[in-house]
Amino acid sequence: MGQIQLNQVTKTFGNVNVIPPLDLTIHDGEFTVFVGPSGCGKSTLLRMIAGLEDLTTGSISIDGVDATDTPPAKRGLAMVFQSYALYPHMSVRKNIAFPMRMAKMPEDEQNRRIEAAAKALNLTDYLDRRPGQLSGGQRQRVAIGRAIVREPSAFLFDEPLSNLDAALRVGMRLEITEMHERLKTTMIYVTHDQVEAMTMADKIVVLRAGIIEQVGSPLELYHSPQNEFVASFIGSPKMNLIKGEEAAKHGAATIGIRPEHTGVSMTEGMWKGRVGVSEHLGSDTFIHVHDTGLADMITVRINGDVQVKHGDTIYLNPELDKLHKFGADGKRID
Amino acid sequence: MATQHSRSAARIMMAPAVVLLLGWMLVPLIMTLMFSFKRYLPLRGGDLGWTGFDNYIRFVSSSAFWPAVSTTLIIVGAVLIITIVLGVLLALLLDQPMWGQGVVRILVIAPFFVMPTVSSLVWKNMFMDPTNGLFAHLWRFFGADPVAWLSEASVPSIIMIVSWQWLPFATLILLTAVQSLDSEQLEAAEMDGAPALSKFGYLILPHLSRAITIVVLIQTIFLLSIFAEIFVTTGGAFGSRTLTYLIFQRVLESQNVGLGSAGGVYAIILANIVAIFLMRIVGKNLDA
Amino acid sequence: MARGITNQRKAINTAAAWAVGLLIFFPILWTILTSFKTEAQAIADPPIFLGFNWTLENYATVLERSNYARFLWNSIFIAGGSTILGLIIAIPAAWSMAFVPSKRTKDILLWMLSTKMLPAVGVLYPIYLIFIKMGLLDSKIGLVVVLMLINLPIIIWMLYTYFKEIPGEILEAARMDGASLKEEILFVLTPMAIPGIASTLLLNFILAWNEAFWTLNLTAVNAAPLTAFIASYSSPEGLFFAKLSAASTMAIAPILILGWFSQKQLVRGLTFGAVK
Repeated sequence: MGQIQLNQVTKTFGNVNVIPPLDLTIHDGEFTVFVGPSGCGKSTLLRMIAGLEDLTTGSISIDGVDATDTPPAKRGLAMVFQSYALYPHMSVRKNIAFPMRMAKMPEDEQNRRIEAAAKALNLTDYLDRRPGQLSGGQRQRVAIGRAIVREPSAFLFDEPLSNLDAALRVGMRLEITEMHERLKTTMIYVTHDQVEAMTMADKIVVLRAGIIEQVGSPLELYHSPQNEFVASFIGSPKMNLIKGEEAAKHGAATIGIRPEHTGVSMTEGMWKGRVGVSEHLGSDTFIHVHDTGLADMITVRINGDVQVKHGDTIYLNPELDKLHKFGADGKRID
Repeated sequence: MATQHSRSAARIMMAPAVVLLLGWMLVPLIMTLMFSFKRYLPLRGGDLGWTGFDNYIRFVSSSAFWPAVSTTLIIVGAVLIITIVLGVLLALLLDQPMWGQGVVRILVIAPFFVMPTVSSLVWKNMFMDPTNGLFAHLWRFFGADPVAWLSEASVPSIIMIVSWQWLPFATLILLTAVQSLDSEQLEAAEMDGAPALSKFGYLILPHLSRAITIVVLIQTIFLLSIFAEIFVTTGGAFGSRTLTYLIFQRVLESQNVGLGSAGGVYAIILANIVAIFLMRIVGKNLDA
Repeated sequence: MARGITNQRKAINTAAAWAVGLLIFFPILWTILTSFKTEAQAIADPPIFLGFNWTLENYATVLERSNYARFLWNSIFIAGGSTILGLIIAIPAAWSMAFVPSKRTKDILLWMLSTKMLPAVGVLYPIYLIFIKMGLLDSKIGLVVVLMLINLPIIIWMLYTYFKEIPGEILEAARMDGASLKEEILFVLTPMAIPGIASTLLLNFILAWNEAFWTLNLTAVNAAPLTAFIASYSSPEGLFFAKLSAASTMAIAPILILGWFSQKQLVRGLTFGAVK
């Protein structure tokens, strides 16, 4: 079991209101990702769920039981920290055993779980090393191992991949997702990286300045962002937002079109512009188009390699059925 | 990271230290204040009742008072200056590449481990003794008349002994600070063609300011209360009587607790003036 | 510094540093040498540096004259006891300041340090009276308590600076792992801070060992540590250089040996954790 419910939760630091009243339910077994720019309160929210930070007002319940005043040690949650927070003076084995030792679990049960976790995480050969002798990825695995052995009702991840290099990050992303498939335990994952959010989550919670901007599955967020912020935060490269006359033609204050939903032509099209920098990824080409009279720059994403030169005149053809419309308040118009 | 739980735990865990230090500060302080308003001669009648500010007036108007204050300040000030100037020079020297750096460092810090009673006795007898001391031998070797250090130049002698004791501390702190100086900065300065002296003035000295503050703070704390160095060498004679020593004499030698306590209150006030002054600087510097 | 330094330059540095180092160390060296001389050789003019008849008779005389073992034991008991007691009280307090800081933390820390500025002599008589009332005069326990209180601010300050280097996330991890506060401090914080604690312990042991105001004024016979042992040589035996040297060597040897074996922690400790 691992259902977590936040009711009218607020947090203020001094006079600064970090989180205005917020309600959220995380269902049992769900992989929920909190995503948002830095300073949006996502880590604070996670730490409040963990019990490392008090609520200013409101309540938190875990599996239907009020846990607002329960100390972190008693909440039955496990957390993986950004810095991994391994105990440097203990071997990997002792690190993984620590939560079980604290729970006074019988020794043979401890060993059984350590062996199982080490096997699952490819750590068997490293059990007697100290964290200082491990690579970043291995440390990450130890931190996860330490979390798994407790069999918590939910896992909390605080930007766990941000200290890894790009290649490792992709691998660990898969491992964590697979772990979730296997364990089916509730996971709450905090990141500022929308790619991690899109690829891992069952449910994404987009936060800005402590306010939930939208909650939904990755594809819901991609296809129908509820406001301009979510629209530009989810998806890479970012959605192009166009204001003014062109938007008014579609009955909106702002229209948005994703780079991948815009075709190009050298001869004719809806919008005309001049090619700026084009980035060739091989599989895709990103073309940054200037002087369209619509926005400072419109980015388009074309499959495969397209040969355009800096300064060429280019025509853009947005797929009109994939146009997003937003009102003057930034909210979606359907 | 603070939650209500951890904050209340923190208060409980700090309580023993705070309560003990508060008690250690307040109980004797209040007793001293009380005695200072009394005529109190333990060996000549004991508590002879309240006398108002008599003790305070007598203590200040005693001919020994102002000399004691100035001796205290001279000793503290001179030792600070000597240890910091020599300490900076020594730190810069020890930072240079050399053979046997570790051993030299130990030689330099060794005086810190010598208890004050020992170093005072050794200096007083084996070095400063006017007939058999090593200095007397040295002076005679150069054809000069040996100096009776502790009677003719008592304050400089004490300053010298105390500086020898505290130079290691200053050197070590400053050395640690010098070593943490960003070598890229120095190299950049070298590329810019900065001469050695301006490198020292613009880069090294500002970098050392925090370390110097710490040296001043910690040494002042200890220097204001030097006792053994005077007790063992001159016994407060020959103008080497510090405020600390004067009070000690009033309380223990002339057994006038009331008068001594009034002196104690003066010493506490002096220490507090210095403390407020120091805490200001340190408080600012510790933020960094 | 990866700058090219010529060997010539390095040789000059070495010579200068060794000269200064030996000059500073000389009084200690001279004391140790003199302790092995006869009284006549000790005051010989010109002074004899090494070419004398080494003798142990001064040590024998000193041992005969006073009960060195008792002074030594008292010093160890008082310095060790006050330091350990201080650590037990300071570790929780430093934990609080380092990991649950509040607006007042810095004020409390500075206030604690300022109690060290309270001139001991100002409160000597009250303490003296309290000691008589409580029967603590000339007792080791009494001195342990007083020296603990004197060094407590420094111990707390040093531990605080060391603890602040430990990332709070690791302690939070322990909390998430189900550790109680006691377990967090005992199993996670303390082992991680061992180097800092060792430095603190060593430095405060030395400060307590060398403390020479309270130990001289609050002891007579039973609890007198080595500071008092050596003070008894101030006069007129002080004129017997060889015996004075032997006694001095015996008083400082334990600390010098301790210092030699724990250089690294000591050097770190001697900076009071204030400079990294």
